[in-house]
Amino acid sequence: MRQQKSIFDNIDWPTVSIYIVMVLFGWLNIFSAVYNEAHPSILDATQNYGKQLMWIAVSALFAIIILIIDGKFYEAFAIPFYVLMIALNIGAIFLSRDVKGAHAWIPLGSFNLQPSEFAKLATALALAKYLSSPYIRIAENKTKIIASFMILLPMAIILLQNDTGSALVFASFLFVLYREGLSQNVLIFGFIAALLFVLSLMVAKVYLIIAIVVVLVLTWFTLRRTWRNFLALTVVGCLAIGLVYSVDYVYNTALQPHQKQRIDVLLGKKTDLKGAGYNVNQSLIAIGSGSITGKGFLQGTQTKFDFVPEQSTDFIFCTVGEEWGFIGTSSVLLLFTVLLYRIIIIAERQKNAFVRVYGYGVASILFFHVFINVGMAIGLLPVIGIPFPFFSYGGSSLISFTLLLFILIKLDSYRMYVLR
Amino acid sequence: MRSDSGNQRTVILGIFTIVILIYIVRLFYIQVIDNSYVASANNNVLRYVTQYPARGFVLDRKGKMMVFNQQVYDLMVTPRMVKSIDTTDFCNILQISKDDFIRKMNKARQYSRYKASIFEKQLSAVTNAMLQEKMYKFNGFYTEARSIRMYPQATAAHLLGYIGEVDDKLVEKYPYYKSGDYIGISGIEQSYEEALRGKRGLKVVMVDVHNNVKGSFQNGQYDSTAIAGENLVLSIDADLQAYAEKLMAHKRGGIVAIDPSNGEILTMVSAPAYDPNLLVGRVRAHNYGVLLFDKEKPLFNRAMMAYYPPGSTFKLINALCGLDAGVITSETRFGCRGGFGIGSVYVHCHPHAGPVEVRTAVAVSCNSFYCQTYQAFLGNANYGNTEKAYNEWRNYVLSFGIGRKLHVDLPHELKGNVPTSAYFDKLYGRNHWKFSNVISLSIGQGELGITPLQMANTTAIIANGGYYYIPHVVHAIGNRKYLPKEFTTRQYCKVAPEHFFAVQDGMQKTMEAGTARGSAVKGIVMCGKTGTAQNPHGKNHSVFVCYAPRDKPKIAVAVLVENAGQGAWFAAPIATLMIEKYLTDSICQASKAKEKKMLDAIIVPLAKDTATNIDD
Ligand SMILES: [Zn+2]
Repeated sequence: MRQQKSIFDNIDWPTVSIYIVMVLFGWLNIFSAVYNEAHPSILDATQNYGKQLMWIAVSALFAIIILIIDGKFYEAFAIPFYVLMIALNIGAIFLSRDVKGAHAWIPLGSFNLQPSEFAKLATALALAKYLSSPYIRIAENKTKIIASFMILLPMAIILLQNDTGSALVFASFLFVLYREGLSQNVLIFGFIAALLFVLSLMVAKVYLIIAIVVVLVLTWFTLRRTWRNFLALTVVGCLAIGLVYSVDYVYNTALQPHQKQRIDVLLGKKTDLKGAGYNVNQSLIAIGSGSITGKGFLQGTQTKFDFVPEQSTDFIFCTVGEEWGFIGTSSVLLLFTVLLYRIIIIAERQKNAFVRVYGYGVASILFFHVFINVGMAIGLLPVIGIPFPFFSYGGSSLISFTLLLFILIKLDSYRMYVLR
Repeated sequence: MRSDSGNQRTVILGIFTIVILIYIVRLFYIQVIDNSYVASANNNVLRYVTQYPARGFVLDRKGKMMVFNQQVYDLMVTPRMVKSIDTTDFCNILQISKDDFIRKMNKARQYSRYKASIFEKQLSAVTNAMLQEKMYKFNGFYTEARSIRMYPQATAAHLLGYIGEVDDKLVEKYPYYKSGDYIGISGIEQSYEEALRGKRGLKVVMVDVHNNVKGSFQNGQYDSTAIAGENLVLSIDADLQAYAEKLMAHKRGGIVAIDPSNGEILTMVSAPAYDPNLLVGRVRAHNYGVLLFDKEKPLFNRAMMAYYPPGSTFKLINALCGLDAGVITSETRFGCRGGFGIGSVYVHCHPHAGPVEVRTAVAVSCNSFYCQTYQAFLGNANYGNTEKAYNEWRNYVLSFGIGRKLHVDLPHELKGNVPTSAYFDKLYGRNHWKFSNVISLSIGQGELGITPLQMANTTAIIANGGYYYIPHVVHAIGNRKYLPKEFTTRQYCKVAPEHFFAVQDGMQKTMEAGTARGSAVKGIVMCGKTGTAQNPHGKNHSVFVCYAPRDKPKIAVAVLVENAGQGAWFAAPIATLMIEKYLTDSICQASKAKEKKMLDAIIVPLAKDTATNIDD
C-alpha cells in the first residue's frame, strides 16, 4: 500500500462541493427562519443561526479529522462503535430530557446529544463490516437473521425513545440488503406491507380482508396448482390478514391520541386545520405561496412571522419553498438526486465490499430522510419529526450527516490503492 | 454476487428518482399551478386596517364649538388568546356581570376564535385607563381608540342630529360604507354627511401568528391616509339657541329665528328639547328608548315638522294678497261691529274702534277686516269664479314658502298644508262652495298647517319687503368656506315690494299700541304680529312673529307655544326677549320681569327625566 501524499488526495470533490453548497444554503434558510431584527449579527450565539454556524465549524473540524485518520480505523472499529451506540441509545431512554414526549437527548452540558442520529452511522458501518466479512453470504438464512437483528435492535431502542421518525429511517437498510443480494421480494414485500398498512387505516377491516382473499384466489388461478404454491399463498394471506389486524390494534391501542390524529388528518379522515392539520396546512401555505421564484431572502411572511412551527428544524424545507420558490425546491431536490447518484457511483466503483455496502447505507439513509421530511412538508406523508439532511438546525444531525458522508469520502480516497 | 448488481443498482436509483420526481411534480402543482396558497398566506399575514378620518367639527356663527370628537375605546378580544384571566376583576372594571362576560365571549367566539372582534363598545377614557393598568393580566384583550361626538353646548339636539352605525340596507345602497361605519342619521350630521365624514384611509399591515402587528406591507405601498372631515361653521348663534331653549323649558312648541338679510337660521328650537349628549356612547340605546316613548315626543322636531294653524299671524299674508291683487288699498276701510257674519256663519271680533284700514287692522288684529278682504279677493270678478280666485290666492300663499318645502339644509322638513280647491270640491262638490265655506282661512284658521320655520321665513319676507333666501343653518363649509349657491340666491314672493310698507307699519303699530304693546323693548324698533291659534285638541296655541330693527332687519322670529293661550301671553314675550338678547347681547332691566316670568312658566310639567348622561 502506498502512502497518501496529502489528506486531500483522491477526494471526491463533486460530493464535497455539493455538501458545502447544501450546508451553506441550509444555514441561509435557518437564518431566515429565525431571523430577528433584535439580533441582526450572524454570529449571535443566542440565536439558532449563530449556533448553527458554530455547528458548521465543528462539522468542518470533524470532516478534517476524518480525512486525517487512517481509513482502516472505521472498518476495524465498526462493531465496537455499534455496540457503544446501542449502549448510548439505551442510556438515552433513562438519562434523557423529555423533549416533546421523546426521550432521545442526552444532556451534555449545554448541548443535548441525540445518540439516535449516530446510531444510523454506527449501524451503516457495522452492517457493512458484517456483510463484507469473508464467507458471509446473504442467501444464507443465518446471515439474513443476523443482518435483520443488527437493523432491528437500534430501531426498537429508538422506538422506545419515542422517536418514531429516527426509528423509521432504519427501514432504509432494506435497500442495502437488496443491493447485497437479498431477493427483490423483500422490496416488494416491504412495499405491499406499507400499502396494507395505509389501507388498513383507511378501509374497514372486513373489506380489506375480502380484497386480500380475492387477490390471492385470482393469483392461485394464474399459478401452477401445486401444493407448494398453495402453501405459499396461504402463508402470504395469513401474514397480510395478520398485518391488517395488528395495524388496527396498534392504531387503536398503542398510538397516542396526537399521533392518531396526525394520521387521520393525513388520510383525509379529518380536516382539522387548527389542530393536528395546522402544521401541515401552514407548511403547504408557506411552500405553495412561494410560487415560481419565491418571495426572496428574508421576505417569507410565513417564515418571518412564525406561522410554521419547528421551522428551523423539521420544517426547514418550507423556508426554501417560500423564499426561493419552485426554483429553489426543485434545485435542492435535484441536488440531492445528484448527490445520491454520486454516492451510488462511489459505492459501485469500490473494490472493497465494506466501502460499497457502507456507501449504499449512506445513500439509503440520506434518501429516507429526504423522502420522509419533504413528503411531510408537502403533505404527502404524516407529520414525522425527522431532520432534512444538511439543512435542518441541530448539532447532532449536522455532525452525524457530516461524519456519514466524510467517512465515505475518506474510504473512497483509498480506491486506487487498496487491494483485497 | 456482483455479477447481477447492475440490475439492483438500477432499481434502487429508479426508486430514488421516481420518489423525487413525484415530489417535484407535487411541488410544481402547489407552487406554480395552485394559486390558492398565495391567498392563504396573505390571509394569514395581511390585515387591512381602516384608518378612520376624524369627523368634522361643528362651530356656531361666533366660533363656539358645538360638536367635537371625543376619544372612546372599543374593547377588542381575540378569543383564542384569552387564557385564565381574573374574570371577577375584569367584570368589575367594565361593570358587567359574569353572565354578560360569558355571553360576550360566546358572541366573539362565534365570530372567530382567531380574529379580534368588539367585546365592549365605547369605553370612556376613565374605564380605559383602569383597564390599561391591568391589561398585562388580560391576555387576548386590547383597546382600540374610536371617536364619538360630544356636544359641549348641550343644545340644538334636533338640528345637529346624531350619527349611528350604518345598517345593512345603507351598506347595500351606498358602497362607500362598510358594516360598522358611522353615518349621519339626522340633522346636519345627515345633510352634510359627505363634508363631515372625510375620506377613509386604509393601512395594510402584517401580523405574526399571534396577531401582533409587525409593520406595514411593502413599505406602505398600498396604504392611503385618512382625510379628516371638513368643519362646519353654522349660522346658529349658540348663546341665542341656549337662551331660547331655556325660555321654552317646560313648554311645548317651536321657535325659529332667521337673519332676513341672508336667510341664515340663528336659532331653531323644538321644545321639549333634550341634551344631545344623551344619544352618544354606551348610554345611547337606553336613552333613545326613553326619549322615543316619552309622551311629549322630545325627538320630534316641531320647528320643521309640526303643523300649526298660524292664527292671526296669517292675516299679514292675507293683507298682502289683498293689496297686491288690488281688492283693497292701504286706505281701504272696513267696518267692524264686534264681528262679521255671512249667511249662517259669524266670525266674532274683540272690541276696538272702527272702521279700520290695513295698518290698524294689523295692530288690533281685526277679524272683520280680513274676512271682508278675503271675501273681496275670492269675489274678485277678474278671476271668474270662486275656485279660480281661490287658486290664485293659494299661489300667493305658496310663493311665501307655505304649503311647500323650503328646501332648508336639514332633513325631514315637511311642507305644511294649504288646502287645494280640489279639497273643497271633494268636501262640498265642484262649484258648490264659496267664500262662506272657507271664511276661517281669512284669519289663519281652518285647514291651514304651517311650521314654525315657515312662519319665521314669512316674517323674513315681510321684513325684506318681498324676498327671502332659502333658510339654512350652515354659514360656511370647510376651509374653503363655501356655501351652496341656492342659499345665496334671492327668492321672490308674488307680492310687489310697494305693498309691504303698510303691513310693516301695522306690525310696528302692533308693538307700540296694538296687541303686543306689552312686549315692546325700548330702543328697538320692532314689527310684530300676535296670533292665537285655535286648537281643536285643547287650549289655544300662543303664536307670535316679529322682526327687528325695522329699517335694517337683522332678525325675524316666529314663536309658537302650544296650549299657552293668546299670542301676547307667551309667544310675544319670548320672541321679543330673543330679539333683545340677539341685538343688544343683554336683557335690559325693564325686561327682567318679563324674562323671569317666561323662564318660570310651566305649561307642560315634564315627566321625571329617566334618560341618563354618559358615564364620565
Ligand atoms: Zn274688528
